[in-house]
Amino acid sequence: MKLQTKHLGEVDIQQEEIYQFEQGLPAFEEETAFVLLPFSNDNIFFILQSVNNPELAFVVANPFHFFNDYQVKLSDSVLEQLAIEKEEDVAIFSVLTLEEPFNKTTANLQAPIVLNASKNKGKQFVLTESDYQTKHSLFPQQAQTAENEKGGR
Amino acid sequence: MLVLTRKTNESIQIGDDIEMKIIAVDGEQVKIGIEAPKHIDIHRKEIYLDIQKENNAAVGAGSLDILEKLSQQMKKN
Repeated sequence: MKLQTKHLGEVDIQQEEIYQFEQGLPAFEEETAFVLLPFSNDNIFFILQSVNNPELAFVVANPFHFFNDYQVKLSDSVLEQLAIEKEEDVAIFSVLTLEEPFNKTTANLQAPIVLNASKNKGKQFVLTESDYQTKHSLFPQQAQTAENEKGGR
Repeated sequence: MLVLTRKTNESIQIGDDIEMKIIAVDGEQVKIGIEAPKHIDIHRKEIYLDIQKENNAAVGAGSLDILEKLSQQMKKN
C-alpha cells in the first residue's frame, strides 16, 4: 500500500510492516499504527511514521550506537503486552528531539520505543526505576562546547 | 475526586482487579503498593507528563535538514 509520510514523501509499505501500538504513545494515545522507515542506509536513524496521520512522525535512533552502556530492563508487563518470547525479536529505539545546531539533538532514554518484530507490536515503555531522563545529548562534548561558545558571545 | 481515609496496611479496591495498599507512611512520604493486571501501565504522574511533553517536543522539533547533518556527521565518525 502507498503511505504518505511527513519526511519521506510517498512510500510503498506492506501491511505486515505495520506495528500496532495498542495504547498509542504518551500525548498521542490515539495513534496506534506505525511503520519504521530507514532514514538512510546507516542503520542508525529511522522514522517512526504514523500510518493514519501523515503529519505525525518521530525521528528515532539506535541508542546503543551513542550510549554504549545503555540498559533497558523490560518489565513482565511489557513482555506480556508485546507478546515477547525471544530476545532476538526485540528492537529498542530512542525518540530524538532534533535541535539546531544538530549537535544539540537529544535522545529520550527514559522512554524507549520497544518493538517486537515477530508479532508486529510496539510500545513506548516508560522506565520507572532508572536514572535515565528524557533529554540525553547525542554528542555531550560538542553540545558543551556549543553552549560555552554561546555563553562567550 | 473521591477522597478516602486509610491506615497503614489498609487497601482500596478499584473495579474487579486493581488493589492499592498503603504500605507505610513516613512524614510526607507515603509508600503505596499496587496490584493491577499487566495490561495496565502504572506511572509516577510527573514522569508520564514529562514523556508527553518530550514526545510533543520531538514531533514538533527541527527539520529533516538537521537529521541530514546528523547522518553526515555519523558517516564522518
